Amino acid sequence: MSTSTTPTGFHESAPAPGRATRGAARRELVAGLLQRQGAALVFAAVMAVAWITFPGFGTAGNLRTLALQSSFLAVIALGMTLVIISGGIDLSVGSVYALGGVLAAYGSRWGFFGALLLPLAVCGLIGLINGLLVARAAMAPFIATLATLLFARGLLLAITGEGATTYKIDSDQVFLEIGRGVLFGIGYPVYITLALFVAGGLLLRRTGFGHALFATGGSESSAVLMGLPVARTKIIVYVLSGLLAGFSGAMTAAYLQSGVTVIGVGTELDAIAAVVIGGTLLTGGAGTLIGTLFGVLLRNVIQNIINQIGTLDGNFQSVVSGAFLLVVVVVQRALSHGRR
Amino acid sequence: MSDAALSSRPRARRAHANRLQEYGVYVAVAAVLLFNVAFTSNFLSLGNFRTQLVQVAPIVIVALGMALVIGTEGIDLSVGAVMALAAALIPLYLGYGLVPALAMALIAGLVAGVLNGVLVAYVGIQPIIATLALLVGGRGLALVMAQGRLVDIHNPAFLNLGSGDLLGIPISVVVAAVLAVLTGLLIRRTALGRRIVAIGGNRSASALAGLPVRRVLVTVYAICGLLAALAGVLATARLGAGDPADTGMLMELSAITAVVVGGTPLSGGRVRVAGTVAGALLMQLLYATMIKHNLPDSSAQMVQAAIIVVAVYVARERSGR
Amino acid sequence: MDEMDVPVLEVVEVSKEFPGVRALDRVSFRLRSGEVHALVGENGAGKSTLIKVLTGVYQPDGGQLLRDGRPVVFGTPIQAQRAGISTIYQEVNLVPLMSIAQNVFLGREPRDSLGLISRSRMHAMAADLLAGYGITEDVRRPLGSLGVGAQQMVALARAVSVDARVVIMDEPTSSLEPREVETLFEVIGRLHRQGIAILYVSHRMDELYRICDQVTVLRDGKLVHTGPLAEVDRLSLVSMMLDREIGEVRAHGVTSFGEDRHAAAETLLRAEGLSSRHRLAGVSVTIRAGEIVGLAGLLGSGRSETARALFGALPLDAGSVVLAGKAVRPGSTSAAISAGMAMLPEDRKADGIIPNLSVRENIVLAALPRLSRYGLVSRAKQDKIVDIFVKRLRIKISSPEQKVSELSGGNQQKVLLARWLCTQPAVMLLDEPTRGIDVGAKAEVQKLIDELAAEGMGVLLISSDMEELIDGADRLVVLRDGAVVGDLRGDQVTEGGVLAALAHPSETEGDPDE
Repeated sequence: MSTSTTPTGFHESAPAPGRATRGAARRELVAGLLQRQGAALVFAAVMAVAWITFPGFGTAGNLRTLALQSSFLAVIALGMTLVIISGGIDLSVGSVYALGGVLAAYGSRWGFFGALLLPLAVCGLIGLINGLLVARAAMAPFIATLATLLFARGLLLAITGEGATTYKIDSDQVFLEIGRGVLFGIGYPVYITLALFVAGGLLLRRTGFGHALFATGGSESSAVLMGLPVARTKIIVYVLSGLLAGFSGAMTAAYLQSGVTVIGVGTELDAIAAVVIGGTLLTGGAGTLIGTLFGVLLRNVIQNIINQIGTLDGNFQSVVSGAFLLVVVVVQRALSHGRR
Repeated sequence: MSDAALSSRPRARRAHANRLQEYGVYVAVAAVLLFNVAFTSNFLSLGNFRTQLVQVAPIVIVALGMALVIGTEGIDLSVGAVMALAAALIPLYLGYGLVPALAMALIAGLVAGVLNGVLVAYVGIQPIIATLALLVGGRGLALVMAQGRLVDIHNPAFLNLGSGDLLGIPISVVVAAVLAVLTGLLIRRTALGRRIVAIGGNRSASALAGLPVRRVLVTVYAICGLLAALAGVLATARLGAGDPADTGMLMELSAITAVVVGGTPLSGGRVRVAGTVAGALLMQLLYATMIKHNLPDSSAQMVQAAIIVVAVYVARERSGR
Repeated sequence: MDEMDVPVLEVVEVSKEFPGVRALDRVSFRLRSGEVHALVGENGAGKSTLIKVLTGVYQPDGGQLLRDGRPVVFGTPIQAQRAGISTIYQEVNLVPLMSIAQNVFLGREPRDSLGLISRSRMHAMAADLLAGYGITEDVRRPLGSLGVGAQQMVALARAVSVDARVVIMDEPTSSLEPREVETLFEVIGRLHRQGIAILYVSHRMDELYRICDQVTVLRDGKLVHTGPLAEVDRLSLVSMMLDREIGEVRAHGVTSFGEDRHAAAETLLRAEGLSSRHRLAGVSVTIRAGEIVGLAGLLGSGRSETARALFGALPLDAGSVVLAGKAVRPGSTSAAISAGMAMLPEDRKADGIIPNLSVRENIVLAALPRLSRYGLVSRAKQDKIVDIFVKRLRIKISSPEQKVSELSGGNQQKVLLARWLCTQPAVMLLDEPTRGIDVGAKAEVQKLIDELAAEGMGVLLISSDMEELIDGADRLVVLRDGAVVGDLRGDQVTEGGVLAALAHPSETEGDPDE
């Protein structure tokens, strides 16, 4: 090939029969394993090393904090996984996350439902705008959501008097329980996150929507020819992504007892990195939620280790994420190439 | 099958969209200027023009590189991170003198660009995905190098880049103008320029015509990285401090906006250098106008978001061939 | 075969027009239960438009479709599928990353009592279904891990399992191994016995005569013939597709050798054993200086692939190309170009012109290195070259700065010819140089080709226009299924010779029909 213009369709050429097929099958097995379980394997290894190396790491308190801190990003990454499986990307989630927190704090003056429903309504609407721009106006997802990133940040500033006001949630509000409640020593956000992941797993694997989602990301033209509701599917994933990011923001506000305006900058990148490291193909069509969960945990464990070492800069985290991302993307490309 | 016979109605509509895309940005710049002349006090002052131009210069420089990348049907999301890298490297190496510091910053940009280019051209990764890794990791790396701190710079020669004048014009503005002219020449007059546009216009035909597609792509991403690093240098000089946390933040969005508003289609095959400069100016002027009319920052951001969506939508209309 | 008086699908006077083209012109035919109906025709005959009308991708401008005698309108592909019309495409239209079972049941997955998809039932049903199609792999594996043939089989299983009454197969065997073709034919036999109607599109004569009982021939959007296949022999079928009289056809053989006026000239290009999976099976071609070698063959016979292989644009499994005594590095277009080759691609829009660029820029594109110094392109040199070729080829433009996409097809083609002529190639590979251009431009291009050959250039000419080939070429290489089946020289270069070579049953695979 003189250029790499050929699309990465597996159906372009058949693998040779016989020995070559067996070789391909083995490679595919390894590839699939790496793809799906790579994050879990690396996570286990990192955990083991950290446990042995740092006495402060394996303590119940540290692990509890780790789980709690991971839940906020995990909920955002859950939505991002869906979007990326559909073949898109959602760069607005960081801003939407911050906006959700501010709106929850603002809405808490109307009680529990105000605090919960206001962020969900607004963030869901932003997701809907993303979905319409992508699915109906045929705009490139990254640019549509980059614009809503700006928009959501602007909206946040407008609500908070250009960032000067930080809304507090009264300490007698039931809503605070969402972020601060504890059951068996573990924070509510952990349970909520796990419940959302189970629901998300069912949605992906056991509903027609989930199958349509994989088909849309895997081969949009085929999905159209099979009569699947491609546009509707895309719109729904962006709405879900907006809702989840907004909910994560609300949960964060409940945890912090206030709508902090400065959070969420670059959170979309953390979420994308976690999703891709978790084995979801950035090109769409394949991915698992459990992988995303491990991707998020891996990120936070590494962050935790960096903190344990103490001498390392906290920003080292994103360097590791970026490097991971690079390796994963190149490996994914190589594997899909090998399978052709 | 006569290709000549196209039905006239869609063609008329396309022509309309064409004109909007072709000259819309200049008309808009003129309209914003006129509006300000009429309604904004102190707008026509030299000082104000200086401020606007100094602020827009780094955006123009990055947008020029971005325009080349978009011309090849690509995208570079890492430009902001590359600016941050430059901002971190400058104070680290200024101790060895001005030239080594500049060289290190520019080399970092070049390396980043070549990395992006190799991922796109040789490994065959989609541009968005290929440049995402650097977007995620680049700023972190810059912050690690700067140990997360804002580092004040006292080297007068370097600070002069940010505050000095050349023939009465701020140096960064001169640099941006010279680069705009050079980019225009590159696109119009050089073999590389023609190849960039050809590859973006029809990659498979370009390959069949024997063009060195991969080499051209790597070169384009390298130029984009280099220009981003230069913009980072100038932004650092103007600030008088290496600030990797904020330098180039959301620059990818500003640069893409300038390019798209300037009429370069995201689908490639065309690079409009003058339009890109005008696009950057337009966004800057709009922002300044809104601020001067006491619109809060928040509303200005939301208006910008709306303009981006409209500009991309109009461009999309045309590229659907 | 008794109550089958009402056709399961009837096409009545269907027309479809595109700007400037009448793709279907009042085409009618009937498809009855249990018949395997061949749909044949050359490029531009209207087959794919017809299929798209039947599957709801296009809406006809005139005429109607009758399903079991009742008029139906298909607005979308899903409506056609609901009416029992399923299609399997040449390119497998499934999702490679999803499991085999998911692909079979996408959009109609079996549910459990909670309304969730029952994976166990889906897997069991898929395994059960696919066993009948010779697929025994684990249905939980990704579809992409199967070979293309097996994927095609999964597509077929999916198509049939949606209660299809009509299955349209668009060149289903084009990427299958012989063994897989056998399985496909077994499945077709079974469908045939179940009373399912099959519309079978293929260019492979052997296949058609083996499995089809009816045939419909389209040409230039019009119905040429429809009726039992047994009543039409191969020669007449090929003649109908190509719009040729069969009068003298039978008189000619294929094996005798005539004289060759270029025999003395030096061999410029020698290609041997060009092979590429599913596309070319050991094609050898030689071109002498000043010779125009025509490549004849039906659609899908490997003509374009041969040109692309010579030019390094098709990855080869085997084979070598030698130009002017030097081996050309395979798989590299730039090596082919620097060795002195040039290729006019078949698809002018996708592979030829750069639509956004001007005529001047399109012309100088391949010659840029020779027109620039230190990376700067000399405008004066460009203008000179452009001027020369615009005049020589009589390209009608308002100015060299006019966008190439604004030109007519004929002028675009001339621009592409100019692009290559200014690199001064030794051999030009012309793939359908006159397709889609008007009569005047066509004559000019043909004349130019003759002139180039007279100047000593070697030319490989591919054309679906039989007249053009026979009048233009000094020698004809006839291809079928990616292999050379005839080499006609001198006075053998006639329609009859070509048709005979094309229609002659293939010896290797045997032919139960005769």
